[in-house]
Amino acid sequence: MPPIETRPEAETPMSELRQEAEAIAEQFSDHLNVDADEVEERLENLVNEYRVPLDEARRSVTNSYLDDAGMEREEIGRGGSEQVLVNDIDRDEQWVDLRVKLVDLWEPRSDAISQVGLLGDESGTIKFVSFVTSELPKLEEGASYQLSNVVTDEYEGRYSVKLNRTTTITEIDEEIEVGDNAETVEGALVDIQSGSGLIKRCPEEDCTRVLQNGRCSEHGQGEGEFDLRIKGVLDDGRTVTEVIFDREATEELTGMTLAEAKEMAMDALDTTVVAEEMAGDILGRYYRVTGPTFGRYVLVDEQEEPGPVDVESALIKARSI
Amino acid sequence: MSQSTPTREVARRVFASEFNDAGYTFKESDDERAPVYALLPTGASANRVFFVGTLTEKDDVGDDAEYWRARIVDPTGTFFVYAGQYQPEAASAIRDLEAPAYVAVVGKPRTYETDDGTIRVSVRPESITEVDATVRDRWVVETAERTLERVDAFEEEANEYGRMAREEYEFDPATYKAAALAALEDLDESDELAGETADSPAGV
Repeated sequence: MPPIETRPEAETPMSELRQEAEAIAEQFSDHLNVDADEVEERLENLVNEYRVPLDEARRSVTNSYLDDAGMEREEIGRGGSEQVLVNDIDRDEQWVDLRVKLVDLWEPRSDAISQVGLLGDESGTIKFVSFVTSELPKLEEGASYQLSNVVTDEYEGRYSVKLNRTTTITEIDEEIEVGDNAETVEGALVDIQSGSGLIKRCPEEDCTRVLQNGRCSEHGQGEGEFDLRIKGVLDDGRTVTEVIFDREATEELTGMTLAEAKEMAMDALDTTVVAEEMAGDILGRYYRVTGPTFGRYVLVDEQEEPGPVDVESALIKARSI
Repeated sequence: MSQSTPTREVARRVFASEFNDAGYTFKESDDERAPVYALLPTGASANRVFFVGTLTEKDDVGDDAEYWRARIVDPTGTFFVYAGQYQPEAASAIRDLEAPAYVAVVGKPRTYETDDGTIRVSVRPESITEVDATVRDRWVVETAERTLERVDAFEEEANEYGRMAREEYEFDPATYKAAALAALEDLDESDELAGETADSPAGV
């Protein structure tokens, strides 16, 4: 948390301010005569006098020097931006370095965009955009690159990176294994969506679509093959995550096998009884699941019910809030 | 987590004593179908809640069609849950349950005004399921933490719902903080008791 309390002992230590000040002075060393002492004084004033969080103070001071120099934010590097994995990006407007493979190129939807597509490293994939105005060399599909000075962006909770005029692109002769953006989420199972329980899939080769009223959207009316699946929502009180349990994961979650589910549906002459029965056993309980992300879904590989809660440590934590 | 779907509302964690004080409702847009939010007195909007408590009573209060009222108790007070023909799954779940039982409820806050002008807050359930004490305890801890975090952020400049709560209510957030801490302390004590009797022979 930023230092918003007004207690005098909450002052940010000098050394941290000094480091920031020196970094900022360094960034402008080619353009302006900026003295680290002066930067430090301005940061200190904002942070200690006006209780501005350090991040915000850094931005404000940097912007004022940008104005002085008549420069755009893009033109300075965040001297020594951090090398990160794409799946660890969780804030926007961060300057980062990536070691990635170009997984996929998409059709740009605007004339302003030079290239758009998907970059990947061992942690997963992330969308990237390169603009015509940045005049960067084109990246090639399948090739690996060290990208320095790209900036992160966020839209509706999804992150991407933007290449810009200051980005340096170095092709590297290395095969990068691209990961699956595995995520771990924990929360209460608050909903089971339609299309859960005992379902039928299209039997056509290479088609696994779920039949709706006995029809496949691609292959029409068909007999279909029974399968188990649960599309659920995990909610931790702050965010919701949609999760999919495939047959194996559903059997583990509910303790009901496909054979048992078929028998239950047969007895009731109705497949919906299966999802209802499962709902009674799993809704309203807490789960922790891990698996790759696919669009907005997490596909469950591993699952567990967190055991008894540690009340004592919760109490200690609570008293400190 | 980056996959928060903008269309699905998160289920807030709130104790009964605070929930029952959340009589002020609002919309974020003029659209007729825009979601309605209850304003929690600790400064948060709630279109949906998740809670776990003890079902202590259930009554079919409907005249013609079945209309169930359930009282579900947490460490701070009682949630009132109403389910009728438009919530068939929840209604049949209540019909089948036998009090007392631990239940988990996902639902929407609803308010109504009584003849004497009091605003009552209740829950229209989306689902009710029977759970065990482990789930209940986890919920109490989680809800205490969320409540304390809301109280902590109540006065922050950027907290628009904190500001709204200061304008619309005259409740002191400190009371909800005290209730949350008391709930945790109760749980801690019952934990210790359970620990002491664990070595005794069964049934003692």
